[in-house]
Amino acid sequence: MAASAAAAAATDLEVVRGKRAALFFAAVAIVLGLPLWWKTTETYRAPLPYSQISGLNALQLRLMVPVTVVFARESVPLDDQEKLPFTVVHEREIPLKYKMKIKCRFQKAYRRALDHEEEALSLGSVQEAEAMLAEQNEQAEGSMIVYVISEHSSLLPQDMMSYIGPGRTAVVRGIMHREAFNIIGHRIIQVAQAMSLTEDVLAAALADHLPEDKWSSDKRRPLKSSLGYEITFSLLNPDPKSHDVHWDIEGAVRRYVQPFLNVLSAAGNFSVDSQILYYAMLGVNPRFDPVSSSYYLAMNNLPHVINPVESRLGSSATSLYPVLNFLLYVPELAHSPLYIQDKDGAPVATNAFHSPRWGGIMVYNVDPKAYNSSELPVRVEVDMVRVMEVFLSQLRLLFGISQPQVPPKCLLSGPKSEGLMTWELDRLLWARSVENLATATTTLTSLAQLLGKISNIVIKDDVASEVYKAVSAVQKAAEELASGHLSSAFVASQEAVTSSERAFFDPSLLHLLYFPDDQKFAIYIPLFLPMAVPILLSLVKIFLEARKSWKKPEKID
Amino acid sequence: MAAAVPLGLLVLLLLGPVDWGHAEPPRDSLREELVITPLPSGDVAATFQFRTRWDSELQREGVSHYRLFPKALGQLISKYSLRELHLSFTQGFWRTRYWGPPFLQAPSGAELWVWFQDTVTDVDKSWKELSNVLSGIFCASLNFIDSTNTVTPTASFKPLGLANDTDHYFLRYAVLPREVVCTENLTPWKKLLPCSSKAGLSVLLKADRLFHTSYHSQAVHIRPVCRNARCTSISWELRQTLSVVFDAFITGQGKKDWSLFRMFSRTLTEPCPLASESRVYVDITSCNQDNETLEVNPPPTTTYQDIILGTQKTYAVYDLLDTALINNSRNFNLQLKWKRPPENGYIHYEPAQDRRQPHLLEMLIQLPANSVTKVSIQFERALLKWTEYTPDPNHGFYVSPSVLSALVPSVVAAKPVDWEGSPLFNTLFPVSDGSSYFLRLYTEPLLVNLPTPDFSMPYNVICLTCTVVAVCYGSFYNLLTRTFHIEEPRTGGLAKRLANLIRRARGVPPL
Repeated sequence: MAASAAAAAATDLEVVRGKRAALFFAAVAIVLGLPLWWKTTETYRAPLPYSQISGLNALQLRLMVPVTVVFARESVPLDDQEKLPFTVVHEREIPLKYKMKIKCRFQKAYRRALDHEEEALSLGSVQEAEAMLAEQNEQAEGSMIVYVISEHSSLLPQDMMSYIGPGRTAVVRGIMHREAFNIIGHRIIQVAQAMSLTEDVLAAALADHLPEDKWSSDKRRPLKSSLGYEITFSLLNPDPKSHDVHWDIEGAVRRYVQPFLNVLSAAGNFSVDSQILYYAMLGVNPRFDPVSSSYYLAMNNLPHVINPVESRLGSSATSLYPVLNFLLYVPELAHSPLYIQDKDGAPVATNAFHSPRWGGIMVYNVDPKAYNSSELPVRVEVDMVRVMEVFLSQLRLLFGISQPQVPPKCLLSGPKSEGLMTWELDRLLWARSVENLATATTTLTSLAQLLGKISNIVIKDDVASEVYKAVSAVQKAAEELASGHLSSAFVASQEAVTSSERAFFDPSLLHLLYFPDDQKFAIYIPLFLPMAVPILLSLVKIFLEARKSWKKPEKID
Repeated sequence: MAAAVPLGLLVLLLLGPVDWGHAEPPRDSLREELVITPLPSGDVAATFQFRTRWDSELQREGVSHYRLFPKALGQLISKYSLRELHLSFTQGFWRTRYWGPPFLQAPSGAELWVWFQDTVTDVDKSWKELSNVLSGIFCASLNFIDSTNTVTPTASFKPLGLANDTDHYFLRYAVLPREVVCTENLTPWKKLLPCSSKAGLSVLLKADRLFHTSYHSQAVHIRPVCRNARCTSISWELRQTLSVVFDAFITGQGKKDWSLFRMFSRTLTEPCPLASESRVYVDITSCNQDNETLEVNPPPTTTYQDIILGTQKTYAVYDLLDTALINNSRNFNLQLKWKRPPENGYIHYEPAQDRRQPHLLEMLIQLPANSVTKVSIQFERALLKWTEYTPDPNHGFYVSPSVLSALVPSVVAAKPVDWEGSPLFNTLFPVSDGSSYFLRLYTEPLLVNLPTPDFSMPYNVICLTCTVVAVCYGSFYNLLTRTFHIEEPRTGGLAKRLANLIRRARGVPPL
């Protein structure tokens, strides 16, 4: 009996020891094994500023336009002149269906005219006055000066109330009235809006980010913002047997395109080249019009013209900038003269059309008189003035430099010799900055979403640093816009786009992307299943026994 | 292109000074030529050459204007500061034993060698980018060129064009023997031709015929050449060559006859109006030597005789241009001299580094006549890392062909070559004097079978290891957690039970 009691005690001891061993195994597996496994199979994910990125969506863009308003003598009543100088702020929200709230803020600093300005404004014509004032003033990008002249000044024609110059200056007629500042202020805002920011400009800039509406195709005409652009002029000569076409593209680029691009160079890098392509046909057979014995391309055929030609154009192999193509097409002898028809069937005056975000095509008909005099091939000298007029106006359209909405009774000065007014460039920079900010924000948001959704993606430190850089650049650009420093805001916005795209397209993001869960389990199960099952079983057993031993004392009671 | 909008609005922008000087004479020229050679084996070789010469210094001009020279290649030259570029795509192998020496041989697959200007600072980076861009232009897998298959030869591959110094640091050479050449490589090549494939000799380039041949090799050679006799400025020369060998014997039902139509299923219709010279040469040497009469129809107007690759050859010449040939008898004063090979042998050996660079063995040997020289290299087969195997590892691994560059003494002393005057196939390689000619031969690529592992091995290893670990762990766990208790020996065994069974049957009380 004693022996059996001793044996039972020994058995109990054994049972307790077994239980302890099982518990220890479980503890080691949980405390040491699990963290070790977790740590060694973890993908490296650098921390990202998720909250700041989601904050960017609710960013309020405040575009500040500093306007200096200079009052000449006798422009406003005397007692009003006494109040000068002071500052008026005019702010309004631009209604766009976009997640960012965009506010436009005109900060008008009113002051009296200085002596040399008075002198300039008393000159005979507005052009002279402008030239004299331009010598004195150096203006920052995005700012503007409005001169208020006396009601009866002969600087402007009598029926004109205001004038917009080619530089960053405008002239507004003053008024002798009790509410002079209010009335003049209203006129100034009208002029300033025409010269800087309007809804149209911003809507065109944000066209890709706005919901589609019926105007969107028109607004998507301009090229997307980029660090640089390549402009390629191509002369298509499908019939070199009949036409020996020469064009002085070197001279034309030097004379017309380069000055225009030099002004525009603030908005990006440009490279220009040209080529001649022989035997390059249009994709559409022109129809014959017996009345005028000419050939025509109907408007609904025009989209089909480009694709076959494009394969010959050759994409630029050496840079990643978007390419703008300008094609000059000299139709073959069998199809000349060739005209482009518009919607109503009337020939287009310029004989040219453009394709949004792609470029333009102009058809250049050979003078029919040339065929009489000599035998084939006929030597054709292209009139580059005619061609470049068309191509440059297309270039303006493709960069989104549209005609401003001039307020009533406003005189618009003729363009400068470069073909671009300074405030048009400013307007482009505003639009591009806003577009860049929108692009960068969208890119960052979708990157954050993607990284949040797919936990397999490795986030390296350099990707994270690009993200941080992009976020801070977006914030800096917004601040600079709010404080009216356009050029630095534009630079910052470009930086934001570059950094965000570099982070988004970093190849390291894809390294471990294809590691599906079923393959992971296929590798884990042979090890984990045989190890985990005994541990779990003994844990269940221990738990059941423990519950039994808890219940037993209750029964005794 | 989704939509095209007629341009209604025209802004009158500019009325600058108009001074239209008449355009200068074209600064670029195109010569095209086709040489048809009946080969000793009965096959027919056709060699196209299109040479675009451009009198422009690409490196200097910011805005570039292209006429005949293709823009894509011109931009390459200026962007990557190239001095020379030689790219060839070849399908098949030129069998010198049966076909005789080629004008220009190329190794099977893709071969690219480039001389960079000495202004390039990071040659390897430019080389990498260039090969990527070229792979885009020619739709080829040149992007697989990396440091593992790039070498810098020090003795061979001297510049073929104008060169002041030859620092081999600026040379890169790579071969991709695996590259399969097909239509998608030919189409971009044809697009570089000024007349595309619409006029001139290029109408014959029809892909479905060109690739049904025993040998197809297309190449692009860009090099600077002297613009004039005194060599005061340079021009750029782009040679696009295409050689095919038609198996005329089989397609011609056992006859050696051939015609352009039978070979190319096209005929020449019009000359390329842009070409200053457009000729077809037909080798009629055997006509003079053998008794076998060889009739060419239509009879040639002129013939051309010269020593080509060491033998006297006669060619029938057909000029595609009706008008008289544009005479450019500018005397070409050759500036580049080929260095005479040193008399004693030269051996240059760069051992391979695993996954970094391949072996390079260069030997300069003077071979005695009628001798056989064997160069053999021992190698060991090794296992690669399992991710380094190609998708079809049992196909084998290619070893790039070896190159034999030779100055062969000529049988007949040639007269000094007039560079601009003589046909293109005769001026491919600069030759120092008439007593010898230059020849570059390639051997076939070597296909080596490496030991290939079982590719499910990693998973099997994982499973096996896990099983072993699990078994060890399981017994260990069992041992540690099992409860042992002493059991009373049970009385009696099987014998006793059996005995009791028998006893019960007998009616005797059990034990």
